[in-house]
Amino acid sequence: MENLKALAYELRENVIDMIVEGKAGHIGGDMSVMEILTEIYFDQMNISPENMDDPDRDKFIMSKGHSVEAYYAVLAAKGFFDIKDVIAQFSKFGSKFIGHPNNKLPGIEMNSGSLGHGLPVSVGMALAGKMDKKDYRVYTVMGDGEIAEGSVWEGAMAASHYKLDNLCAVVDRNRLQISGNTEDVMAHDDLHERWKAFGWNVIDVADGNDIDQLKTAFDAAREVKGKPTVLIANTVKGKGSSVMENKANWHHKVPNAEELEQIRKDLAARKEEALHG
Amino acid sequence: MAKIANKQVICDILVEAGRKDKDIVALCSDSRGSASFTGFANELPEQFVETGIAEQNLVSISAGLAKCGKKPYAASPACFLSTRSYEQCKVDVAYSNTNVKLVGISGGISYGALGMSHHSAQDIAAMSAVPNMRVYIPSDHFQTGCLMKALIEDDKPAYIRVGRNAVDDVYEEGNVPFEMDKATVVCEGTDVAIIACGEMVKPAKDAAELLKAEGISAGVVDMYCVKPLDTEAIVKAATGVKAVVTVEEHAPFGGLGSMVSQVVGSECPKKVINIALPDAPVITGTSKEVFDYYKMNAEGITAKAKEALK
Repeated sequence: MENLKALAYELRENVIDMIVEGKAGHIGGDMSVMEILTEIYFDQMNISPENMDDPDRDKFIMSKGHSVEAYYAVLAAKGFFDIKDVIAQFSKFGSKFIGHPNNKLPGIEMNSGSLGHGLPVSVGMALAGKMDKKDYRVYTVMGDGEIAEGSVWEGAMAASHYKLDNLCAVVDRNRLQISGNTEDVMAHDDLHERWKAFGWNVIDVADGNDIDQLKTAFDAAREVKGKPTVLIANTVKGKGSSVMENKANWHHKVPNAEELEQIRKDLAARKEEALHG
Repeated sequence: MAKIANKQVICDILVEAGRKDKDIVALCSDSRGSASFTGFANELPEQFVETGIAEQNLVSISAGLAKCGKKPYAASPACFLSTRSYEQCKVDVAYSNTNVKLVGISGGISYGALGMSHHSAQDIAAMSAVPNMRVYIPSDHFQTGCLMKALIEDDKPAYIRVGRNAVDDVYEEGNVPFEMDKATVVCEGTDVAIIACGEMVKPAKDAAELLKAEGISAGVVDMYCVKPLDTEAIVKAATGVKAVVTVEEHAPFGGLGSMVSQVVGSECPKKVINIALPDAPVITGTSKEVFDYYKMNAEGITAKAKEALK
């Protein structure tokens, strides 16, 4: 089996390259969500460039669309497009690799970017699966700041009402948003109880940047019948380098030369550690 | 013969189509009664989705269903559908290009006495401004039927607005000229062209009769396809007449009147008078009372047409 822990760090390096080249990017959330996307795309989902037209394949919506750089890195690694093209073109004039997911690109289902849309759209996809008695699963990843959007809770209500056990949502709980700590901006705790109150099976992932813990949680979600599952993945914003970790001002930022050198060094070291222990 | 509401025709056609195609689904936001969709919900319960009072969710769920091969018709009062869920219409339907048909019921000032919260006098402007969104406002139940049959055959986003009440027929059984995305010429005229949509087409047609009695030749164009606007029909109707009058159940900005004025102004400049609702909360009353008050009736349109010709 591929070393997904190392892969997640390699993909972070791609993200850094994109952001430096494109001179823009939501770097902090890219780093926090990387293991979640890696586990979903490389272990959980039945999806590839070859089976996109298969109505039975799994589906994914990147609800926190601003972490598109991480999403591009994962999709490129899956073979949907060439990472070199993404790095060269990201955010450039006339580029198809824009700052939020766009379904003109292969592998991307829906255009997102406006927050609070992914879960309700996923509800529709999961509902279609139930109507057609298909076995596919639907995944969506939201940011923790995002869930202040009321539409998230409209979707949450409907998902449990329709007993969508083929739907698995993830909250990238990095506890930081653009203005600061989520609990200062708009408190979400106790998040577990909130989702539970909406009728969801809730799985807390103590370390949402740990592939093993994520795998255990996603595998457990598959076994739950009669209700949707949400993973509250406790992650670290800016994960991968001390330069960025747990710093709100790295929500959207391009590293300077000095920071860049340190970030590259840190990511390489963590990748090495993942490869050789 | 009892009058048939446009929304009832929409439901009847969807039930008929839904029986043959299980991918046709209808969604309501606690609006199945007001949308006249109870028939669909009862006949085809497996193809009906209730979202509760959650219009944003209604539209996003529809988009998700469409992405997985379903053909959703999301019906909700036009006031909420076009503003509360505007962003979902823009992003999840139009921008993501999902095959969702948005059915705005009780449009315009159908809910006359319920106040501005329940009026959709901005929907033409709002929806038309979204790239990849089509906007249709059919006049009578015959035309609504033709429009629905055409929409069922395509796979692109659209917003359809219909009123709450049954309205007088513009067309008649066996004589319903209809071509998708082409305006219908109700009658031709040489003095003034009246271009209308939705419930305003019938009073426009009646106004043409009144004008005729006074020796004025008025043409009437039923612009049910507000977007894509049939500019060719506008130019054709406006060429050769002295003035153009537009009539719509909409705010005075950004609607049919604005669009027609743009076309006439650039293609065949001449006087255009727009008849629309005021830029204010409208007076309380039934649709008829409100239209009469603002002179959005045959007599009012006749007077404006004569004024335009002065």
